[in-house]
Amino acid sequence: MSIRERMSGNEAVAFGIKQVNPDVMPAFPITPSTEIPQMVSTFIANGEIDTEFIPVESEHSSMSATIGASAAGARALTATSSCGLAFMWEELYIAASDRLPLVLCLVNRALTGPININCDHSDSMGARDSGWLQVYAENNQEAYDNFLMAYRVTEHKDVKLPMMVCQDGFITSHAVENINLLETETVRKFVGNYEPENYLLNSDMPMAIGPYANSPFYMETKMNQRLAMKNAKKVILDVCNEFAEISGRHYGFFEEYQLSDADYALVMIGSAAGTTKDAIDNLREAGIKAGLLKIRVFRPFPDEEIAAALKHVKVVAIMDRSEGFSATGGPIGAEVKAALYDAGADVIAVNYFYGIGGRDYTVEDAEAIYQELIEIGNGTKKPEQFKYIGLRK
Amino acid sequence: MKKHIEIRWHGRGGQGAKTAALLLADVAFNTGMYVQGFPEYGPERMGAPITAYNRIGDTPIRAHSNIYTPDYVVVVDETLLHTVDVTNGLKEDGAIIINTDKPKEEILPLLNGYKGGVHTIDARRISIEALGKYFPNSPMLAAIVKVANIMKEDEFLSQMEASYQHKFAKKPEVIEGNMKALKMAFSEVQ
Repeated sequence: MSIRERMSGNEAVAFGIKQVNPDVMPAFPITPSTEIPQMVSTFIANGEIDTEFIPVESEHSSMSATIGASAAGARALTATSSCGLAFMWEELYIAASDRLPLVLCLVNRALTGPININCDHSDSMGARDSGWLQVYAENNQEAYDNFLMAYRVTEHKDVKLPMMVCQDGFITSHAVENINLLETETVRKFVGNYEPENYLLNSDMPMAIGPYANSPFYMETKMNQRLAMKNAKKVILDVCNEFAEISGRHYGFFEEYQLSDADYALVMIGSAAGTTKDAIDNLREAGIKAGLLKIRVFRPFPDEEIAAALKHVKVVAIMDRSEGFSATGGPIGAEVKAALYDAGADVIAVNYFYGIGGRDYTVEDAEAIYQELIEIGNGTKKPEQFKYIGLRK
Repeated sequence: MKKHIEIRWHGRGGQGAKTAALLLADVAFNTGMYVQGFPEYGPERMGAPITAYNRIGDTPIRAHSNIYTPDYVVVVDETLLHTVDVTNGLKEDGAIIINTDKPKEEILPLLNGYKGGVHTIDARRISIEALGKYFPNSPMLAAIVKVANIMKEDEFLSQMEASYQHKFAKKPEVIEGNMKALKMAFSEVQ
């Protein structure tokens, strides 16, 4: 039975952690993710769960301790944001190449320079090549649901990769909204007990983790990581189907909103997708065939599926919430365009930047973007790449 | 398309405008509505101007932007009237509620010609009389609930009592004062 509640995104994820009751959570606080370990440590202090909480002195240590716990055979996790993730950089690659099924609750925040506490995706997008699975949420409900599904994917024998479960800093992490929670018993049955296959504390089978692997082995390790990333696609969809059975909520690699007959589409990740949906409803009332593709799973990147979903569209704007300073655009822009090219799709594609450092993105912004796509489609406007939406004049 | 009531709160850091927005989300949620309550974070320090927002309605809320054309504005600190354009975007068929002990005629010239409803409430006096301290957020919450007609008085008071019993489980002595502040504000808002 579902429980009607209202919670912020951080509360929702902390509540999900309480329901899963993982073994170990090392953490170091950083805005806007601080509330997650704060709330979990309260649950532990109140005796509601028996997770081992390890307060550490930095994010370098929180990820190191999470890796150590996971390698030992524990179900482990941590949480962070922005510069906290940057300080974990070295360990991110270690977690992935050691094939540790740990989870990182990431609350997206701009990387410093200039210092900024608000949302963009520069932290997780910077880590997109580290070998981690990455799943993003539009709202508190999706942040909660994505966390509940996380270990089922990471611990699967065909995957064994760490996952970042991402949500937008402040916009969802600190916004109180309605949410439907599952019963704890249902959650625990769904997530199941963790039975690691190989682990350091198994005295019957001593093993080394993270050894030196020079040129004769390093490349094979990477090939295996690539294979696991590919395998994750089927596992993610299977877990989504099982989750739909207990929750009634259906997820996939991405959500299509009014996309099947759309002439003009936006592709984006995270909380701004909800704002775009309101704009689409307004435009549809005016007879404009606007649609949205909201990416939920960015790693593994569902290239063929995205291209298939977009190939009928006339003009698409691929929206990035992080700068990459690349001549081929932001991370989502470059990858979606590559997917369209590989699929031979004949779609005009522009790549825009929005919401950087928390710049607000409104229904009116979305409507103006669709109007531009119409003008590009009828030839009255030339496509302009890498435009900044909402830039001060 | 405006299915939701949109409210913008102006206060100063430490006065509880964010808490009031979250409490409003709470009570509206408890009566079966869809809610959103969120702060806009600037520099966080006591006394700095802060903004918080609510969307409330009968259908799921998807927009995740700040609110630029609110139906209602609540001003928790009247000194903000001199520095912040509080009526910016406020709908003419909406209303503004200001915490002040001044008569409306003195406040009107500070509202940039706003033609919609103007309501005042002396939250300082109410708070000090009911609680012995200056916490304007409870009276302002009652005022917006009444002016925006979000729910009936008895329903609001019983929801708030339950909410306070939860929130102040370790400080039950403040519940009575807060309830008194809500009741006074409900009847006094002009």
